[in-house]
Amino acid sequence: MASSVSISNSKMRLFAISLLFALCALSLPSSSYSQVDTFEFDTDEQQQRFRSLSDELRCPMCQNSSLSGSSGGVAEDLRREIHRMIMEGMSDAEIIQFMFERYGDFILFRPRLTAGTILLWFGPLLFLLIGAVIAFGIWRRARKISDDDAELDKSQQERLQQLLGDKS
Amino acid sequence: MNKLKFYFPVLGFVVVAIALWRGLYLDPKTLPSMLIDKSMPSFELTSVDGKQVSNADLPSQIFLLNVWGSYCLPCLIEHPTLMRLTEEGDIPVVGVNYRDQQDLAIDWLEENGNPFSFSILDESGRFGIDLGVYGAPETYLVDGNGVIRFRHVSVLDEAVWQEQFLPAIAELLAEGS
Repeated sequence: MASSVSISNSKMRLFAISLLFALCALSLPSSSYSQVDTFEFDTDEQQQRFRSLSDELRCPMCQNSSLSGSSGGVAEDLRREIHRMIMEGMSDAEIIQFMFERYGDFILFRPRLTAGTILLWFGPLLFLLIGAVIAFGIWRRARKISDDDAELDKSQQERLQQLLGDKS
Repeated sequence: MNKLKFYFPVLGFVVVAIALWRGLYLDPKTLPSMLIDKSMPSFELTSVDGKQVSNADLPSQIFLLNVWGSYCLPCLIEHPTLMRLTEEGDIPVVGVNYRDQQDLAIDWLEENGNPFSFSILDESGRFGIDLGVYGAPETYLVDGNGVIRFRHVSVLDEAVWQEQFLPAIAELLAEGS
C-alpha cells in the first residue's frame, strides 16, 4: 500500500516537472513578431541577411527588443539603413561596424569581447568550473569516508575480534 | 585549513553582496554616446527655415546641439530652459529637427518661440543616425573645435543644466585656458 502511494507521488512530481519545462519553453522569445517589411531585394540571400541583421541588432529606443521587432522611429530608420547598405553591397561585418560606431555595444545583442564584457562571456564557464571543483571535492571526500568505513585499522580489528571472542 | 574553508562561503557572500549593492545604483537607462570626443558628423542639409547649412555654419564657441521635434512633448518641458539660455546669452543652441515635418516644425517654433541659431532639418532621421540619436529630446555639448564632449538624453531642465552641463562647460573652459 505504502509503495503504491510513493509511486503515484513520484509520477505526479515527474508530471509537474515536465509541465514546468513546457511552460519555460513556451515563454522563450521568438523572432516571429517581425515588423512587416516593405523593402525589396534582388535575391533571397539579401533578404535573409536583412532578417538576421535586424534580429541581431537591438532597438536603441526600446531597450529590450530587436530592430525587427520594433516599430519605434529609430528602429524604422535603422532598418532602412540596413536595407540601403545591403543593396550597396556592404558585408554583414561592415554593417555591424557602421551601427557600432554610432550606437556602441548597446546595439549589439551579442556584445564584443572586451575587458568590460569578459566576465559576461566567460562568467558562466567560471561558475561551472567552481561548481565542478566543489562537486569533485564532495565526491572525493564521500568516497574517502566510505573507504574508511569499509576497512578497519589494526586497533579496530583487535577490538572487533575481542567483541566477537566475547560473544562466542 | 578547515577554519579557512569556513570563510569561503562568507567571502563569496560578501563579494556577491557588494556586486548586487552596486548594481542597485546602476541606471539601466544610461545611454552612453559613441561620439564623445569625436567631431560632429559632417552634414550638408537645409535648415527649418529653408537655408543651406553645413558644419561651417556651426558656432565657433562652445554650443548646445538640441534634438527636437514638434511631436515631442518632453521638448515642451525643456523649451523654457533653452529659451532662457539663449535670451540671456549663456550659450548658443543649434537645433536638430528630428523626424519631423518642416511645416509642423515652423508652426511649433512660431507658437513656442525659437531658441535656436538655426535648426537642421532631418526629416528622414539619417543625420540622427550619424549622431547616434535615440529619440528627441537629446542635447549634445560641442566645443569650439566642433568636437562633441557631452551628451544628455531626455529633458534638459534647469536642474540638469546646473548639475550636469555647467560643470561640463567649466571643465571645457578650464581646458582651454
